[in-house]
Amino acid sequence: MTPVLPPAFPETTFVLVLVLLLMAPLAIAGVALINTGLGRSRSAAQALLGNLAIVAVTAIAFALVGATFAGTTGGGHIFHAAGKPWNWLGTGPWFLSGLSSAAPQAQLGMLFEFLAVALAAIIPWGSGADRLRLAAGCAIAAVLAAVVFPLAAHWVWAVDASGGWLAQLGVNFSLGAGFLDPAGAGVVHVLGGLSALAVVWIAGPRRGKFPQGGFATAMPGHNAVYILFGCLLALAGWVAFNLAGAVLWMHAPLASLPVTAINTLLSASGAVAATLAVTRYRFGKPDASLCANGWLTGLVASSASAAVVSPLAALFIGIVAGIITPLLVEVLELAVSIDDPSGAITVHGAGGLWGLIAAGLFAAPAGQLTAQLVGIAALLGLILPLAYLLFWLLNRAVPFRVDADGERIGMDLHELGGGAYPEFVIHRDDSYR
Amino acid sequence: MKFAGLLVMPAGFFLTLSALVLFPPSNAAARTGFVLCGLAVEALGLVVSVRGHMEAEAKNRP
Repeated sequence: MTPVLPPAFPETTFVLVLVLLLMAPLAIAGVALINTGLGRSRSAAQALLGNLAIVAVTAIAFALVGATFAGTTGGGHIFHAAGKPWNWLGTGPWFLSGLSSAAPQAQLGMLFEFLAVALAAIIPWGSGADRLRLAAGCAIAAVLAAVVFPLAAHWVWAVDASGGWLAQLGVNFSLGAGFLDPAGAGVVHVLGGLSALAVVWIAGPRRGKFPQGGFATAMPGHNAVYILFGCLLALAGWVAFNLAGAVLWMHAPLASLPVTAINTLLSASGAVAATLAVTRYRFGKPDASLCANGWLTGLVASSASAAVVSPLAALFIGIVAGIITPLLVEVLELAVSIDDPSGAITVHGAGGLWGLIAAGLFAAPAGQLTAQLVGIAALLGLILPLAYLLFWLLNRAVPFRVDADGERIGMDLHELGGGAYPEFVIHRDDSYR
Repeated sequence: MKFAGLLVMPAGFFLTLSALVLFPPSNAAARTGFVLCGLAVEALGLVVSVRGHMEAEAKNRP
């Protein structure tokens, strides 16, 4: 079968997607606020500055290197096996040359990817909170934007004639509509969550988190207002991402967009309601930070599924996401000794995986679930080992972890020379032993 | 142990790919089963890596 080129955008669609993409940075702002609020007060300025620096570094690294390999419009490296083309790496123009004269759709796709890679790169930063050096956070972001993200983005979002191999699973292997991930549940969130796991494995836990012969020390986030306001900001950004992704990568008709937006809201709502109920049942009172994590997990799951499922299915997907969140956060911390202050491995990693599976379960075409499973296998089986290997090498050149004294006095004083809240008393670290 | 687990994971991925090549679309059940086997191998690799992390973490506790 010959792959079908996407239809050209009418002007109204172009304007709508552009406006949506101008709203999408709210998702980045929301996640940045959540990352900051879930860390400690003496690292708050470094955490938020880190988010800003990471957005900047990813933009530069993606423009210089990553966009070429993401190559969503410029063809790709293709090998043939079993009589099928496997387009595995982009060959776009270097340094964004010719972008201004490219088709409007290609320009919007590139803008979408710039925002998506920034969102993916701030996810591991939240997991490494309170011990990850600013330089290390930027280096991790540069590697993600230049190497790891472009691979996955090309596989899923390449819209040229041959298309990425995951996007073409439907054409080449009769697997539904190919791997469905219009707003980046896999490309952004699973990738970010797996990178967070690799970073946490390499950097280790915060000092005093897991004492010898005792339970994990509770280190609650320092500002619930940041966390919960971040959730509301994230909703606006997520709706924009989901709608823009549906139009750009699935060529969804404009008439279907209100349902996609409603599905996004339903997924988040179901998730936060479920987390609220689970934490109320387990702890006697609802837990604010876990509820925020549940809300975000619902949004992450909607990234894959909102454009392809019914409202009832979106609600169900959210409820499952909300039940998984508090349980998995607890398992990772207490049973597996993983110190993940922002809960990113659960929220983005597990939430993204669930969203991808759910899209396969509830989307109509036959073989869609198998296509989703193949995509998950690619992310889990290639991206995690690749990210771990690259970060392990990077840690030799740019040590991830701050020294013990820096961790004790806080990242703000150690790295920036001043705190985020200079007029407030910062309590000493009782958990430092 | 962590590295061993991470090395197993790509093996699971290639098993998944081989399912696409080996089984025709008409044999969807076998193909999906083979894909699931690949994912199971990846999950096994992940579990081994996690176990490796837990052991190293227990040794390094202050």
